[in-house]
Amino acid sequence: MKALRHVASDRLLPQARIAGPMPWVIAIMIALTVIAAGAGLGLRNLTQSARNEIAGGITVQIVEGRPAERERQVQAALSLLDELDGVAEVRRVPDEELKALLEPWLGPQAASAEDALPVPAIIDVKLAGSVTEKQLKDLRATIVSSAPSARVDAQARWLQPVFDAAASLQWLAVGLIVLLAGTSAAAVWLAARSALGSNHETIEIVHLLGGTDAQIARIFQRSVAFDAALGGLAGLALGLAAVLLLGKQFAALGSGMVAGGGLGPVDWAVLALIPVIGLALAILTARLTVLAVLRQIL
Amino acid sequence: MSAGEGSIVQFDNVGLRYGTEREVLSDIAFTLYPGSFYFLTGASGAGKTSLLKLLYLAQRPSRGVIRMFGTDVITVPRNRLPEFRRRIGVVFQDFRLVPDLSAFDNVALPLRVSGVPENEIRKPVADMLQWVGLEQRADARPASLSGGEQQRVAIARAVIARPEILVADEPTGNVDPEMAVKLLRLFEALNRLGTTVVVATHDVHLLKKVPDSLIMRLDRGRLSDPTGALRYPPRRETVGQ
Repeated sequence: MKALRHVASDRLLPQARIAGPMPWVIAIMIALTVIAAGAGLGLRNLTQSARNEIAGGITVQIVEGRPAERERQVQAALSLLDELDGVAEVRRVPDEELKALLEPWLGPQAASAEDALPVPAIIDVKLAGSVTEKQLKDLRATIVSSAPSARVDAQARWLQPVFDAAASLQWLAVGLIVLLAGTSAAAVWLAARSALGSNHETIEIVHLLGGTDAQIARIFQRSVAFDAALGGLAGLALGLAAVLLLGKQFAALGSGMVAGGGLGPVDWAVLALIPVIGLALAILTARLTVLAVLRQIL
Repeated sequence: MSAGEGSIVQFDNVGLRYGTEREVLSDIAFTLYPGSFYFLTGASGAGKTSLLKLLYLAQRPSRGVIRMFGTDVITVPRNRLPEFRRRIGVVFQDFRLVPDLSAFDNVALPLRVSGVPENEIRKPVADMLQWVGLEQRADARPASLSGGEQQRVAIARAVIARPEILVADEPTGNVDPEMAVKLLRLFEALNRLGTTVVVATHDVHLLKKVPDSLIMRLDRGRLSDPTGALRYPPRRETVGQ
């Protein structure tokens, strides 16, 4: 019976379209939201992946100009690290790797010549868990006691400014999404008010014949839902195309760090949910707008 | 029977003003009884339409008490007003048909508003359109109907849901005398079924066509009752029983 009542009330009036450009406005908003959300999720994944990778990472540099002494301190530090609890992995960065790292700045000859700028030896250490300040301090004290020229730093510290920048960009994405949602709601609000204005006479008749606010609001909700669904699907297609294209562009950079910024199945599901949320927001906005206007008449 | 007992509408000391203007209705007090037929007369600008607006709950008074169907409709919550409006049929002076709907759908509107299933709508609406002589114009939009045809659609819409009160503002203004009499007979038929009818008109000839009717007269926003309708319950069989 309730379903029949809905059918009856849905046929109160012919489908009242809210406004011509409404699906396009919603499509653009949804596309921009999908792109902003895609970028935010990608950045989150990227920083998370980078954080995981270097969470337990410590770099030990032996900054000693005399090669023999440097080698002695490297060996001392290595044997010490091998015996320490909580150390998962210790790797001395090979000289060739260091040379390759320095080559772009110092040139091939400067980096390999015997009398070239002394290059510190580097030991890459992975702890079983994340590095705490206390662990770092204790480790530093232990290593320096055997290798006085050692400098011990957590790898996360080097990348902290990058993480901070990425976090700012993520907040920017969240801010953009909130702004876009607000703008979409405002657009629907304006369109609903305009539609109410142009259908004022009809609404008053239905109202005087005993139509409830909910019945009248449903007419507009239905119209907005149609426009929002149409615009949402178009916007999702447009947004996903842009995200895929940007993803391909970044993947082509071949950077290990950027590779961590790929989207997972859950992320794609979140992007697919955006038009659904947009639809719900549009319907809610239309309903509240119509009800607020109707409450002004007896 | 005391005044107000068994009534369907009761106005007590009602006044109405728009904005800060002087009152368009003053000290209105009357009682309508179920199954009665009332004419509301008065010159143009006397306040007939304003009084009808109070009757079909399109307007709240500035002062006074209005009771309808045993309920004080001034203090009743706004969300309960639709249930009262559905018990009132209205023929507006300017018809107020929905321009985007056909004659059929305009007549069906009160039934759809009340949630009547679609399969129970077609026959009564078709019958009603036939009654007002518009069965051939069921699919026509109001813009393509003449003034008289629009008025008949408006009347059909007002009576289709068998309201307890029928309020009609100059319902025969745009129809020929023959159709006017036919429409009055429709109102009388509804009246015999128990509907209280209130017809606002300035056509004195119309009053004579319904012998048992009671007359309320508005003069510059104040009410007089040449037939005593406002002081005593009418002497009709259906009243107060």
